[in-house]
Amino acid sequence: MEEENTLAVLGRRFPGRVREVLVSPGDEVAEINRQDLLEVVDFLKSAPQDFSMLLDLTCVDYAPGKPRFEMVYHFFSLSRLRRLRLKVRLDEAETRVASLTSLWKNADWLEREVFDLFGVVFDGHPYLRRLFMYDGFEGHPLRKDYPLRRRQPRIRMRD
Amino acid sequence: MAEIKKKHPPAGQFITTQFNSLLGWARKYSLFHYPFVTACCGMEYMSAACAHFDIDRFGAGWTRFSPRQSDMLLVVGTVTQKLAPALRTVYDQMTEPKWVIAFGTCTVSGGIYDNYAVVQGIDQIIPVDIYIPGCPPRPEMVLDGLLKLQDKIQHQEQDWRWKKKIP
Amino acid sequence: MATRLEQQARPDTMLINMGPSHPAMHGTIRIMLELDGERILNSEVEVGYLHRAFEKTCENKTYFNLLIYTDRLNYVSPLINNLGYAMTMEKLLGVEIPERAQYIRIIMSELSRISDHLTCLAAMAMETGAFTAFLYKMKAREFLWDVIEQTTGARMTTSYIRIGGVRADLHPGFDAALKKGLEETRAVLKDVHGLLDKNKIFLNRTRDVGVISKEDAIAYGWTGPALRSTGVSYDVRKAFPYSSYDRLEFEVPLGERGDNYDRYMVRMKEMDQSLRIIEQAAVRLPKTARAFIVDGVEPAASIRASRRVRVREDIQLSPNLEGSEKKRYPDILTSSPGCAVPPKEDTYTSIEGLIRHFKFFMKGHGIRPPKGEVYFSVEGGNGELGYYIVSDGTDRPWRLHLRAPCFHIVSALEQLIKGRYVADIIPTFGSMNMIGGELDR
Repeated sequence: MEEENTLAVLGRRFPGRVREVLVSPGDEVAEINRQDLLEVVDFLKSAPQDFSMLLDLTCVDYAPGKPRFEMVYHFFSLSRLRRLRLKVRLDEAETRVASLTSLWKNADWLEREVFDLFGVVFDGHPYLRRLFMYDGFEGHPLRKDYPLRRRQPRIRMRD
Repeated sequence: MAEIKKKHPPAGQFITTQFNSLLGWARKYSLFHYPFVTACCGMEYMSAACAHFDIDRFGAGWTRFSPRQSDMLLVVGTVTQKLAPALRTVYDQMTEPKWVIAFGTCTVSGGIYDNYAVVQGIDQIIPVDIYIPGCPPRPEMVLDGLLKLQDKIQHQEQDWRWKKKIP
Repeated sequence: MATRLEQQARPDTMLINMGPSHPAMHGTIRIMLELDGERILNSEVEVGYLHRAFEKTCENKTYFNLLIYTDRLNYVSPLINNLGYAMTMEKLLGVEIPERAQYIRIIMSELSRISDHLTCLAAMAMETGAFTAFLYKMKAREFLWDVIEQTTGARMTTSYIRIGGVRADLHPGFDAALKKGLEETRAVLKDVHGLLDKNKIFLNRTRDVGVISKEDAIAYGWTGPALRSTGVSYDVRKAFPYSSYDRLEFEVPLGERGDNYDRYMVRMKEMDQSLRIIEQAAVRLPKTARAFIVDGVEPAASIRASRRVRVREDIQLSPNLEGSEKKRYPDILTSSPGCAVPPKEDTYTSIEGLIRHFKFFMKGHGIRPPKGEVYFSVEGGNGELGYYIVSDGTDRPWRLHLRAPCFHIVSALEQLIKGRYVADIIPTFGSMNMIGGELDR
């Protein structure tokens, strides 16, 4: 029995709000708006789509293009062995997006990592604090305008 | 930490130089090391410490997991800016006499990581005695570095007087 | 800013720090504990002590150059990281790999996987007190690393599996060396089974400790042996087979309860399956009749002689390049242009070859995939190791992100140790196989 394409199902359920973007062979990619994120993700998690696992959550900085940031979510369905990539574009002026901690537990650390390295704020996250960098580090390292070699030492260096 | 001094002492100091050598011999063959292991070099440290390339036959086999009980700090693997205060604290907690070996290129000079997060060589934080390069160094290189350290310990001015010299 | 633990702790409990310099030799991680006697009421895990800016560094390096950084991610199984990166790039570029290279990749990858599991279980056993098991496994690991060293040139950080294939072909004595390595590993595994499987002390420390349910494991995004210990059968090699894994027969062992002992048993059984895969792949390896060049002319002599006569093609390369002669290229590297290092014979004998060689390594030229993005994953030692690469058409990636399997596994640590004793942290943390290079990138 042919399984229906997830993108087609999404397109039917949320008409006009889902843009299909096929950028590489074999991957299903969809782009949605920031406001629709929780609704779409809720729909994807429940049966029959059953995307039970949040594989990955990351961000890409497209400076100097606009809108600047793009959140990328990878979902995986264990029962159907399918993957889906979801993208949400964020403008530089408004780098806030809803948090997925209510649906998946690993979103906790993944969102902390994105906050640490890119500065995107997640609404509804219980403990949004830097994960990799230390207290006192200023700036968000993986943004394109942060130079690679700018060091902020924590203790006084000897030489 | 004294430098290597190999000079002829005036006569009369024969006893103290012999005692110096004896102390040097005792210290070099009973090194208790504190493995400050962080990254990939830790795997080669494990290889060097285990049966194949035994580090115990040189007297340095006892791993002490407390800085107070060890006299050699073996910094293995990349040290990041976040970890630097911990390294300094561990070094300060060790009692004299103490030696430091920088194991792996990341500790020698930052290695292949020249970026915002990595300390470019631990000698920016603590004084280092022996540098062992390699990414990761072969266990034979580690043993060679250990032998050089033992040479250094044998020939340095041992600090045995009860009046401690503050460096 | 005080941590959440400090803010929420009751005034009569003790706050203890299991600091970044961890005697358990798992690298660096900090666990802050709120204790009532020996019982853990609450904990907070702090990571990032080995954050080496892998992703940002890769944005400044060419695709060929950043292969060395991928070795150092999961440093106990470096060949699997190489494989993941190479296959992601091959998916983006759309190239086909010759069959012999695919089987070589499988053999190397499984050798890495065995050494990963050996290291993880050795450390876990040592920390619970079973030092003999640690020494035995390190001995087995040395034999496997000997095999890897003879083939790739390095014991650990090899950079052997390249985009388009592998770096060099297998050396002539490979079969004998592999057989010896596998024999020794089997003997060691048998010994360790006898030492630990029914050992009352080991069972008391690992049975029903660190238990996680199936639903929780999926909610945390666990993959790999940790997920399979709860009973969920998901292995990337079976679900999305890559690089000729679908032609080999192997099983995927499952656990039942999701506790530390199950994670230990799943890893032990997976090593047996990996040995099986290696033996099948070594038999099915497409034979090559191409001999190594024994009598050739030195490159300098050939260039000098070419002033009078035509350039001779049978150049004698240095021993470092043994296995990567031009004759072997159809076996080990793809024939698509622009993906692999041009053969040295061309570089030394013709001007076009020289230009191609320089253009491959120069900044601005070299491997330039089409604009787009790709995600591909392989089965790492800890689970699904995925690479997400965004390419903008130039010779450097715009963004490279690693989906680290142990990141998700360690994020569940706070839940697993809550309510247990301090001594339970050690086998729980050991069975998770946290690798700092992968966790913190």
